[in-house]
Amino acid sequence: MDNVTTAGHAPVGAHAHGHGTRAHAHHHEQSFVTKWIFSQDHKVIGIQYTITSLLFLLFGFSLMALMRWQLAFPGAPIPVIGASLGVLNAPGGIMLPEFYNQLGAMHGTIMVFLGVVPLAVGGFGNYVMPLMIGAPDMAFPKLNMASYWVYFMGGVVMLASFFVPGGAAQSGWTSYPPLSVITATNGQTWWLVGMIFLITSSLLGSVNFIVTIIQLRAKGLGFFRLPFFVWAQFVTSFLLLLAFPPLEAAGVLQLMDKVAGTSFFLPSGLVVGNKVVEISGGGNPLLWQHLFWFLAHPEVYVLILPAMGIVSEIIANNTRKPLWGYRVMVYAIIFLGFMSFIVWAHHMFMTGMGTTMSSFFQTTTMIISIPSVIILSALFLSLYGGSIRYNTPMLFALAFLPMFGIGGLTGLPLGLAPSDIHLHDTYYVIGHFHYVVAPGTIFGLLAGIYYWFPKVTGRQMSEVLGKIHFFGSFIFINGIFFPMFIQGLHGVNRRLYDGGAQYVHAAPVLHWNQFMSYAAWGLMVFQIPFIFNFFWSIWKGKPVGANPWKATTLEWTATTSPPLAHGNFETTPEVYHGPYEYSVPGRSQDFIPQNQKD
Amino acid sequence: MEIPYTVEVRPDTGLSNGKLGVWLFLASEVMLFAALFSSYILLRVGSTEWPRGAEELSVPMAFFNTVVLITSSVTMVMAWASLKMNDFGKFRTYLGATILLSFVFLVVKYFEYSHHLHAGEGPWHNTYYAIYFTITGLHGLHILGGIVVNGYLLGPGARMWKTEKERFTNRIEIAGLYWHFVDLVWIFLFPVLYLL
Amino acid sequence: MDAHAADDIRSHVKTYFMVFGALMVLTIVTVGVSYLHLPVAMAITLALIVATIKGSLVALYFMHLKHERKLIYYVLVLTVIFFVFMMFVPLLTNLDKITQGY
Repeated sequence: MDNVTTAGHAPVGAHAHGHGTRAHAHHHEQSFVTKWIFSQDHKVIGIQYTITSLLFLLFGFSLMALMRWQLAFPGAPIPVIGASLGVLNAPGGIMLPEFYNQLGAMHGTIMVFLGVVPLAVGGFGNYVMPLMIGAPDMAFPKLNMASYWVYFMGGVVMLASFFVPGGAAQSGWTSYPPLSVITATNGQTWWLVGMIFLITSSLLGSVNFIVTIIQLRAKGLGFFRLPFFVWAQFVTSFLLLLAFPPLEAAGVLQLMDKVAGTSFFLPSGLVVGNKVVEISGGGNPLLWQHLFWFLAHPEVYVLILPAMGIVSEIIANNTRKPLWGYRVMVYAIIFLGFMSFIVWAHHMFMTGMGTTMSSFFQTTTMIISIPSVIILSALFLSLYGGSIRYNTPMLFALAFLPMFGIGGLTGLPLGLAPSDIHLHDTYYVIGHFHYVVAPGTIFGLLAGIYYWFPKVTGRQMSEVLGKIHFFGSFIFINGIFFPMFIQGLHGVNRRLYDGGAQYVHAAPVLHWNQFMSYAAWGLMVFQIPFIFNFFWSIWKGKPVGANPWKATTLEWTATTSPPLAHGNFETTPEVYHGPYEYSVPGRSQDFIPQNQKD
Repeated sequence: MEIPYTVEVRPDTGLSNGKLGVWLFLASEVMLFAALFSSYILLRVGSTEWPRGAEELSVPMAFFNTVVLITSSVTMVMAWASLKMNDFGKFRTYLGATILLSFVFLVVKYFEYSHHLHAGEGPWHNTYYAIYFTITGLHGLHILGGIVVNGYLLGPGARMWKTEKERFTNRIEIAGLYWHFVDLVWIFLFPVLYLL
Repeated sequence: MDAHAADDIRSHVKTYFMVFGALMVLTIVTVGVSYLHLPVAMAITLALIVATIKGSLVALYFMHLKHERKLIYYVLVLTVIFFVFMMFVPLLTNLDKITQGY
């Protein structure tokens, strides 16, 4: 319940220090509970999502920090906290393999489903998107509240699974059967129930987002005047809407395997520990992989698209230039979203699914890299000739570009079946997708937090602490993930309890394990300035006006910071301009607000 | 604070929020059942033997249930049409009939389930029964959901008719869209599971 | 509600009952055909065609899709495309059996 109270506190301070006159036409006295806990205001729900998901990100990060100890010093007792992990997990502070597997599975699950997506879509999408399109709230406020609380319940189930006998799920975030089904403990069942909650929450949320964007745009805000961030949220919502249900179906099927004795994903004649497993009918483990990746590949774009949206906003704002090729970027992101549905089996080249299928999916995979490159190139070209302001949000946004570039380009060898044979299931894969998601997406999200913090609180975060946070994080995060490529190219498998110590071929690159672990812990240390900055700035940050970044989009130009509690806008805004009219020649100021009438 | 287009339609899209919302929701439901159908096909094609539905399950019961569900769809659309014709009394009768028919469907389903379970033909019996119980069970949950929504609209939700007629009519239409979809799924389930 | 709209609805009601009749007839057809014990491929094709007709009737008339706005069609077309992709799963898994004969 910690996060509920925190979620309550953050905006309280903001509220007290808000400025500007607040004429509440529809002001009702609300109790603490209806105002901050069971709120139907998209801004409060956005804050709830943000705080909850940031806590989950921190928690997921800590799980990884623990794993990194085991990888750097296999079999050595964990210092300081080792004793408090429990005899069943780490007797004498030495981590058991089962516990290591739990940490791995839950790190992935928490980071993806409870951390990044809720922050990118639930947090930023909820708070910023309605303001950007001039809407008084989301289209279905009650549904919005329900999405948050269903997500919260899913989080509780996932956390609780650590405490059931046998601990949490152990079969990776992908939960491949038969392993996930035949594992004797109940963690997997809890995982499936938790996932069903999280999927339901995403479905409710995505319906709400799409309806809001289509129906509640302000007058004059045509689709090609939408800020790119809104487009990113729009495409993301469609991915969630249409890709998540198959995983819900797969989750139900696996749950049946787990509790009702069916065998959808268990092949007949399965031998475990030299014994033939009793199987009722005989199913197909590949079926799970198909259904899982039918979601999980679009899910990758669910992770990255909102971050691209945030970065685009910040780059346009801080170069004081229109985005280069805005329309092309929009077409690219639509195409990207569409293609993301037909590349899923490139995760399955090694399953023996057949060469015809591999050829098909490696072709679509190569095609999907085109729109990603278009967007990235457009963002790079946007920098050209700009008088760039190097503030903290911009630094994170700038770092996003090469980091996502590395992540994307290292994906190409994985998308081609012949090179994937060598690289599949090695640390190379881990390095690849972490470059996309950690210094990629998470840097984008951090940029967003620094950028929109003044919107939410009316105060700016400290630039000095922000820059310490940025440079520290930038150096250490590369220290973690770059060596993974080296290890992976040597063939070191992922998910090894000892980091590869038992394999001869891993010996030449094993020393990187300690290096990466120190980098991970260093990264953790450099989050302290951020956490301090975040809370300190809520109350003590520099008060700034409604539009500190001199931005053009409606959330800055049409309302106060923070916006009005009810209905966001004093008067419903009307839009007369495109989203990025910066440095228009012949103007007295270098930006034209979208709602400026001339 | 008023959210626009909850009752009236937005001129450029021609839709109200609720209508668009429920169609999007149904789109996601299509994908849910698509995944289950796809699994069914994959499991069936990959199996060495697969029983004929008619030899395992009771076709008469399922035929009866199909008739019940199609009828309930008609009463549902008639409930909406009655509101359109400003006849609240008829609306109550039709919506009540819809709910009653939903219960009939579930009762028949209960007899089917308990017969198979007593005969030892639970989901653990073979993959055919596994997929049968999973898909019809999920469909049954959708029926239950429909009963809850329709029950609310017949009971406490109906008060809205006195204050906001148009909005209430829209709600019935939206509930109807969902209910017809549940019927539509069954139209496919019946031949696939029982007859083929 | 003006008289014109009410008339409109009355003509709708007539359609609803005709659709109801059609659905009943088609249901009987499906069941009837299943007693003929046709070859499996034929039986599946027939059953799915009849089910698709019935489903379309429900969607077009009961769900008013016949008179629906373009936007709804866009959403549904998108869904149908992804539905087809989903149906590719079983096909793709057996693709090598089909194309390479094992």
